[in-house]
Amino acid sequence: MIRLAVICFLACVLALASPFGCSRANPGPTESSPRMLVGAGATLPFPLYSKWSAEYARVDPTVRVNYQSIGSGAGIRQVSDGVVDFGATDEPMSDEQLDRAPVKLVHVPTTVGAVVFAFNVPGLRDLALTAEVAADIFLGNVQRWDDARLRALNPNAALPDEPITVVHRADGSGTSAALTTYLATHNDKWSATAGSGTAPRFPVGVGAKGNEGVTAFVKATPLSVGYVELVYARQAGLPMARVKNRAGVLVAPTLDAIDRAAKSVSSTVATSTERVMLLDSADEGAYPIAALSYVVLPRDARDAGRAEALARFLWWAVHDGQRFARDLDYVPLPPALVARAERALRELRVDGRPLLPQAAERW
Amino acid sequence: MTTELDVAYPARKLAARLATAACCAAVAIALVPLLAVLFYVAKRGLGALSVSFFTELPRPVGERGGGMANAIGGTIELVLLASAMGIPIGIAAGLFLAEYRTTRLARVVRFSADVLAGVPSIIVGVVVYATVVVRMQHFSTLAGAGALAILMLPLVARTTDELARTVPDSLREAALALGASRWRIAIHVVLRTAAPGIRAGCMLAVARVCGETAPLLFTAFNNRFWNESFADPTSSLQVQIFTYAMSPYDDWHAQAWAAALVLVAMVVVLNLAARRVLRGPKPA
Amino acid sequence: MVNDPAAISPSVRPIDEAPRASVDRSLVALGGAAACIVGLVLLALAVSVLGMALPSIRELGFGFVVGRHWDPAHGDLGALPFLYGTIVTSVVALLVAVPVALGVAIFLTDLGPPPLRRPVAALVELLAAVPGVVYGLWAAIVLAPLLRTTLEPALEAHLGFLPMFRGPKVGVGLLCASLVLAVMILPTVASMSREVLRAVPTELREGGLALGATRWDVVRRIVLPHAKSGIFGAVLLGFGRAVGETMAVAMVVGSRPEITGSLLSPGYTMTSVIANEFAEATSVLHVAALAEIGVLLFVLTFAFNVAARILVAKVRGSESATARDVPAREDHEAA
Repeated sequence: MIRLAVICFLACVLALASPFGCSRANPGPTESSPRMLVGAGATLPFPLYSKWSAEYARVDPTVRVNYQSIGSGAGIRQVSDGVVDFGATDEPMSDEQLDRAPVKLVHVPTTVGAVVFAFNVPGLRDLALTAEVAADIFLGNVQRWDDARLRALNPNAALPDEPITVVHRADGSGTSAALTTYLATHNDKWSATAGSGTAPRFPVGVGAKGNEGVTAFVKATPLSVGYVELVYARQAGLPMARVKNRAGVLVAPTLDAIDRAAKSVSSTVATSTERVMLLDSADEGAYPIAALSYVVLPRDARDAGRAEALARFLWWAVHDGQRFARDLDYVPLPPALVARAERALRELRVDGRPLLPQAAERW
Repeated sequence: MTTELDVAYPARKLAARLATAACCAAVAIALVPLLAVLFYVAKRGLGALSVSFFTELPRPVGERGGGMANAIGGTIELVLLASAMGIPIGIAAGLFLAEYRTTRLARVVRFSADVLAGVPSIIVGVVVYATVVVRMQHFSTLAGAGALAILMLPLVARTTDELARTVPDSLREAALALGASRWRIAIHVVLRTAAPGIRAGCMLAVARVCGETAPLLFTAFNNRFWNESFADPTSSLQVQIFTYAMSPYDDWHAQAWAAALVLVAMVVVLNLAARRVLRGPKPA
Repeated sequence: MVNDPAAISPSVRPIDEAPRASVDRSLVALGGAAACIVGLVLLALAVSVLGMALPSIRELGFGFVVGRHWDPAHGDLGALPFLYGTIVTSVVALLVAVPVALGVAIFLTDLGPPPLRRPVAALVELLAAVPGVVYGLWAAIVLAPLLRTTLEPALEAHLGFLPMFRGPKVGVGLLCASLVLAVMILPTVASMSREVLRAVPTELREGGLALGATRWDVVRRIVLPHAKSGIFGAVLLGFGRAVGETMAVAMVVGSRPEITGSLLSPGYTMTSVIANEFAEATSVLHVAALAEIGVLLFVLTFAFNVAARILVAKVRGSESATARDVPAREDHEAA
């Protein structure tokens, strides 16, 4: 009995001590066990990332990419804390956030999605919105489905005489950032009341966690409207509003309309600035609320093996991985953005030396 | 009181009947929602259980099928690891509390254990994130198990303490008279006498941390795959239930119910086993 | 079998004095060390939460506790909506659960048909062990839609003259969180109260019955007054558990940091805001503010648990609990 107690005690002391012994020098994987890369962040691209994660396990059996969708805000925080190998966000980090991060971070664009207004009104399959009206709905100024401004936009729709239940994100979200940045440019009251960014203040509604949570809530609650990524609304079978773009055309969130947004915006800004937003394209066929999703990772590798595995995965994702995008309602990266992604990946360093060959076309 | 009893007997008899009826009604009211929870878990869970639930990994978002093999394994791994840390320390601390019960150290520690038992588990998760996860630079199974062990510690220590104190002093005195030292008495007499109760207490502590979700969110995190080592994040049934319940997919809801069924079954089995241990061998 | 001295004596055989003394010392040291670990863990928890909260305590001061706005993006941080949500949900949960739990406890000790007492008691204990996240799953998928379609319209129709029953009928919200908390703390309060009622000496009951009192007279005039402070302790423990519960509440509370005065509207609690925002808070102040909410939570549960323990201990007094009950009770106390 004594011996047993002593052995147990020593065992648990060892168990407690071991993580501190091997904390920084994280041992690389042996031949038999795959290397685990951990990523966390945006929920907007999660369906695509989880597909990549499953497919890449077949492409390179020595690597497992474990991605958890906990919100863009969390992705930024955790890559800054250094507790994940990569973060993901749809809202590029601000200069302030980049300065505060203990290490230099690199943004790699991965895919293009769209923020749609998903609604659940019995009998209603089609809804037209403008940015102004959408903003007033989310500000609580348009409170009923048969509001005069909604009727004017939808003269033929059977709008019920019922209150609107607004569903918004409760967590820090790149989806919120894309939506609020878009609404703020069209509605003067928006910036003063709700503000823009990953954590705006919605004056009305119900909060839900992640794109998953908002979709689930809208699906379960009649007379509600929320904003989510296209694929969530489609997979949940929710109807989506058509939105009036800068050219004045009502556009449904289709792959083609998002593609046009991505191409037109990225061709103009892709070369000038490091961080790109794809909002409010001038193209008459473009859906106005497209969002570019990024992976964020430290520029200087802590562990050469892991960094190389991650770089290889991301290289695969922005090239071969793009073929999974369309099936999941994401738009493959336009060539200008693929070039941007390649440039970002070539910035990665290990011990001060570039991690990837600098000139090679394909690697 | 005598004046109260002057009220006519039939009236008091009626009051007694009514009170009894009210208490029965209370039991009914209490059991309805509680049984409803179990009923839904059983009904929806059984409908969603399949072989693949126990053998497969989760599928990508939106694809039907897949399972939670890694989450089941993860929960078991977390709980075993937490027990390996929490139970020995807890029992040793409890024995110390009981055998040196009047010392100031024992009094302080007993009070700390009571307070620790009441600390919301989310706080434990926050602290383990800040102290262990950030320092280790990754989420890990070990961090999750550490958080659970912190929750187990006070339960095991106080159970051991209380049970060891019920061991009659006459037994201790008898052993002392035989020349045994205090710690030999603690281990050979007290621990052995109180063993069934302590074992049951440990089982209940294990059952309780089986369901703890909040402290795992920032420590063990989650994993789409099997964890390759204790240094990797791990999936667990608790966190998977939370994630899947909040999703818009019916298939995931079904799997959340199945996971809830498995988790509740684990907890119930541990509880029943604890009860059995307490009852001990039936008298002939 | 374990109480048989014959089973013990062989292992207490005398051995050499010198090594025994050193083994003894080292074992005492081990035990002491283990006990210290328990104390140190608590200390470490308190110190590190406090340390994380320092920037917020320094910058926001007392205004944090009474601030009504929560806008991390602009550094406008006030904890009042979370305090409000936590207290409202816990109090409503207690109002719903305590009368029922007391009824159950009295049923189990005095008034229930004896053959039913044991199975009901076992069932209640078992239900206390069902994990919070499972209650949350049930609340999110079963209870919330039920509230939206039936209970909330009914409440507004019949009690709508009270502002607390007017508001959006969306299912999730403070009411839903309160109800799921009520269901969760019911077994805890019931089995703690039963414990306290059972500790009332049998002689007192028998004395009352001998004087011609009915069983209910005995409960009302003797047992309840005797156990009053203990029952209050059980209620406080239930409150402590309700305040600390995280997952079930986070899943149905509606996640909106505002104070509306309506039970139907969505709200937020201290635990659920930490669960939702701690992983994503990027600014130093936001992290610190969440940690400070943790400090408040710590203080709140500390106060309630200590008060509850003092009250329960007063009733139980020197009454030695039998070995059979102890683990089960520990389980609930801790939860």
